[in-house]
Amino acid sequence: MFVKIEPRPEPSRVMKYCSPLIAALLMLISGLIIFTLLGKDPMQAFFAFFIEPVHDLYSVGELFIKAAPLMLIGTGLAIGFRANIWNIGAEGQMALGAIFGGYIAIIFHGSSSHFVLPLMILCGAAGGMLWAAIPALLKTVFNANEILVSLMLNYVALLLLELLVHGPLRDPNGYGFPQSVLFSDSAMLPILIKGTRLHLGVLISIIGVGIGWVFLEKSFTGYQLQVAGLAQKAATYAGFDYKKLIWIGMLAGGLAAGIAGVLEIAGPIGQLLPSISPGYGYAAIIVAFVGRLHPGGIFLSSLLMALLYLGGESGQMNLDLPSAVTGIFQGLLLFYLLAADFLIYFRLRITRRQRKEG
Amino acid sequence: MDFAIFLKILVAAVAAGTPFVYAALGELVTEKSGVLNLGVEGMMLVGAITGFIAMAKTGSLLLAVACGMAAGALMAAIFGVLTLTLMANQVASGLALTIFGVGLSAFLGLNYTSIALPGIAKLHIPLLSDIPVLGKLLFSYDILVYGSLALFFLVSWFLYKTRAGLILRGIGEAPKSAHALGYNVIGIRYLAVLFGGAMAGLGGVYLSVAYTPVWVQGMVAGRGWVSLALVVFATWRPLRVLFGAYLFGAITIAQFHIQGLGIDIPSQLLSMLPYLATIIVLVIISRDLTAIRLNSPASLGITYHPENQ
Repeated sequence: MFVKIEPRPEPSRVMKYCSPLIAALLMLISGLIIFTLLGKDPMQAFFAFFIEPVHDLYSVGELFIKAAPLMLIGTGLAIGFRANIWNIGAEGQMALGAIFGGYIAIIFHGSSSHFVLPLMILCGAAGGMLWAAIPALLKTVFNANEILVSLMLNYVALLLLELLVHGPLRDPNGYGFPQSVLFSDSAMLPILIKGTRLHLGVLISIIGVGIGWVFLEKSFTGYQLQVAGLAQKAATYAGFDYKKLIWIGMLAGGLAAGIAGVLEIAGPIGQLLPSISPGYGYAAIIVAFVGRLHPGGIFLSSLLMALLYLGGESGQMNLDLPSAVTGIFQGLLLFYLLAADFLIYFRLRITRRQRKEG
Repeated sequence: MDFAIFLKILVAAVAAGTPFVYAALGELVTEKSGVLNLGVEGMMLVGAITGFIAMAKTGSLLLAVACGMAAGALMAAIFGVLTLTLMANQVASGLALTIFGVGLSAFLGLNYTSIALPGIAKLHIPLLSDIPVLGKLLFSYDILVYGSLALFFLVSWFLYKTRAGLILRGIGEAPKSAHALGYNVIGIRYLAVLFGGAMAGLGGVYLSVAYTPVWVQGMVAGRGWVSLALVVFATWRPLRVLFGAYLFGAITIAQFHIQGLGIDIPSQLLSMLPYLATIIVLVIISRDLTAIRLNSPASLGITYHPENQ
């Protein structure tokens, strides 16, 4: 018996939707193996990692709180990724959003105006877009690689946030700790469901995913992005302005990441800290790919990724599993997805004997 | 400036530039074969922790180097399977490799965060090391620094003076033609990818075992990404990679010397220097579109498979 690999006449639609599921399944199996290798009872570890985090209403709320920035940023990044515009700088754009939004919260500290929160979100969005505009500008004017520029700016942004929280934005009455004042209620996102920490930001993020869906699937620009990603030459012949698409692709990611940054500090965190994200900007890249660059898929994959974050915490508390396992799972998930995507374009056929080519 | 201080800075810049030399020369060979591996940061991290563990357990530098290189190559092998055999997108696969490497190295290093290694000795070459200025500048490093220089000569010789190097470059320029001539494009690309991984791993080992002999989570701190930028900066030429690596070595240590001079600048601003410099350098080089087009391997980043043609 031989296994023969042959190209499919057409990419398989079924496999396109199945491969994220295959990837998730393979990741779970790898997880069980890793748990066993770490000397834990695999089923107990599986329970602690994947079930415990979602066993009641409160924990489901936590799941959505973690998923919110991932789905919002993932959708923003997908807009660029569809056109092969690689914005890897969401982590930094998120920090800039938090800096801009946090600054508003600090200067209006003590105010009870209803305009503080919307203003924070607007400024955060502007901050994220500003940071994303740098790689867009350098790409369109100087042809500088947007992957490297946006990534370098992550390091710069995180250092900038650290600098500001250690200096100008530090709480003057905070005994010198590197953190800002705790935001007033007017600068905090209201809780949606009693008994959980589920805040308005989750709803905003879901709405953001919806807007992204309309933009990608229903607008002409969304169509242009898709064409540019599949065949850049065809897009050029059709007269699409690729530079404009670069700007749109980069700024969409910056916008989403900037807002996500504000929602984090005005939601679960409640102040500016030297670090405001456990790598959401990078995890959102995986979320975008696993979600097939489609907002609906991104919504689902953000929940899976959020589960990995929560599972890491739960595994550490209950079983003394190192939380660094989460990073391994994230990487594995993307590996498996990229590998499983092979089956979209190729199929395996089992033949009794090797047929002669000819 | 005092000449003695200047000399000290130069010597320190060479040491600080050495991880870039290893990682960027490795990536250069990978890219010359037409494959863009964005996973350098992840491969360096895994190389760094693997070498560190080997050194902490056995005290043997040779073993640390071997383990680090093997780990880097193993990481690169994952990338190879994804992009060369399964024809996955190279950008996405490289990113996945870095994300995985960050997680894996953090995990492997959990029990090693509070250990300091003794570092490795500087070679003292009788007579040569004692020449007043030149001896300090040329003959005062540890063996891994000389190893990186040897690698530079090896890569330059291989790429431009050997038949195998010509084939590798040919595959990077025109994989279809190379395939038509009977060369195994995928097999040779695998070798180039593995070599790049081993060198990134070695660069990581230099960091964790020689340069700052402690393990700190994420200690590569963007050097892998800077190495990727260096290859572009060098317009894919080994000598310029070497020059660029030492230039970035100098920028990396500049922050400590500026602080040492007593100038009152927040440390975070100084830490931004290497990253900002990378962006500036990228802009200056990339502006010249013709130079980039002439020098970059024509098939860089494009998936190739004979079955698919």
